[in-house]
Amino acid sequence: MSTHAEAHGAHPPVANRSSRVDSRLLGIYFFIASEVMLFGSFFSAYFFARVAVENPQWPPHPYELPVYLAFLNTIILVSSSFTMHWALQSIKRNNRAGLIAGLAITFGLGLTFLLIQAREYTRIGFSPHDLAFGTTFFGLTGLHGCHVFLGLTLLGIALVRSLRGHYGPAAHDHLGVEIPGIYWHFVDVMWIVVYTTVYVI
Amino acid sequence: MRNPVRTEAEAFSFVIAVVALFAAVALVGIFWNGWAALVAFVVLAPIVGIRYFRSDPKVVEPAVWDRQRDADGRHRILVVANETVAGRSLRAEVVRRAQEGDAEVLVVTPALNTRIRHWTSDEDTARTAAQIRLDESLAALSADGIDAHGTVGDDDPCQAIEDALRVFAADEIVFSTHPPGRSNWLEHGVVERARERFDLPITHVVVDLEREAETRQSA
Repeated sequence: MSTHAEAHGAHPPVANRSSRVDSRLLGIYFFIASEVMLFGSFFSAYFFARVAVENPQWPPHPYELPVYLAFLNTIILVSSSFTMHWALQSIKRNNRAGLIAGLAITFGLGLTFLLIQAREYTRIGFSPHDLAFGTTFFGLTGLHGCHVFLGLTLLGIALVRSLRGHYGPAAHDHLGVEIPGIYWHFVDVMWIVVYTTVYVI
Repeated sequence: MRNPVRTEAEAFSFVIAVVALFAAVALVGIFWNGWAALVAFVVLAPIVGIRYFRSDPKVVEPAVWDRQRDADGRHRILVVANETVAGRSLRAEVVRRAQEGDAEVLVVTPALNTRIRHWTSDEDTARTAAQIRLDESLAALSADGIDAHGTVGDDDPCQAIEDALRVFAADEIVFSTHPPGRSNWLEHGVVERARERFDLPITHVVVDLEREAETRQSA
């Protein structure tokens, strides 16, 4: 330890410049990394239940999953990533109307997704305490739904702020849209994985 | 390497890559079965992942560095060079540009390293060697009356530029390499990658150290 310190003149080595990331962006990096681990644990439970079950049919009889309704939800959520990207590109070009429209449409699409999911839950015909299947299904999709809700909250704040004239084309002026945008895309990616593994395969 | 959460635009392009990957996996799952889909995922995910992470972002948005831009009107030149950093032709080019007006020069020398040393975080030797070359170059520029300072950067020259731009609002970039045929950077298309990635004027200076040494000896 002392040898190492002496080699650098009793000072720690100079930090690599690659670590110079805006602290707020660094915060969302770590947050998303922890979220990936959280989803990973839920996926582990889901695949364990699916592989360990004796009945090869999945979902187990007589349950069925609304694949087409979930596909509609997938289209809605993927579309919202496009509108989110459009919103941010608009403010970078100093187009405030585009920013507001993009955020409002993204918010509307996200809300539609959540409402469709809520309706799906009420009519799906099983509940979280119906076998491991029901528990893992509601666990995974519910966890994702919570993330959509959190994303909507962030988008709502960004939308209100944009309506009040906040944000500008310079990078430090639209970080409040950039960070919810990164989070929203993460939520989108997670849904694509959830949809493919839970509903399709 | 690309970072899918560096910016919203990067995250969006990652969404597109994930949609493409899982659409293919879903199609395999629909037309065959779950195990075939798993195999498709195991095969396709590394391919898509490597293609995505190894590709460069098309353009680093000017917004990355505009927060650093001051209103003092000084012309800022970012010089990127390693073994050629003390070359006479590079120095002459920098001096010529700097003398056109009130200029500030930042010299970045990427700490070139071997792959194994890079992955084992053993970069002290590379950084020390780069620092020695940088010190020589700064002393020479200072002797020419140029306001220059410098830093050792990432071993990837493009990453070193991006890191430098976060703290130095350059107006132009001067890239120095060995001549074609002897330049590792040119073989790897580093200058072209930098032109695609950074929305700034980039000047490429070729420094032939062998010829400079011969000229010095004959003189």
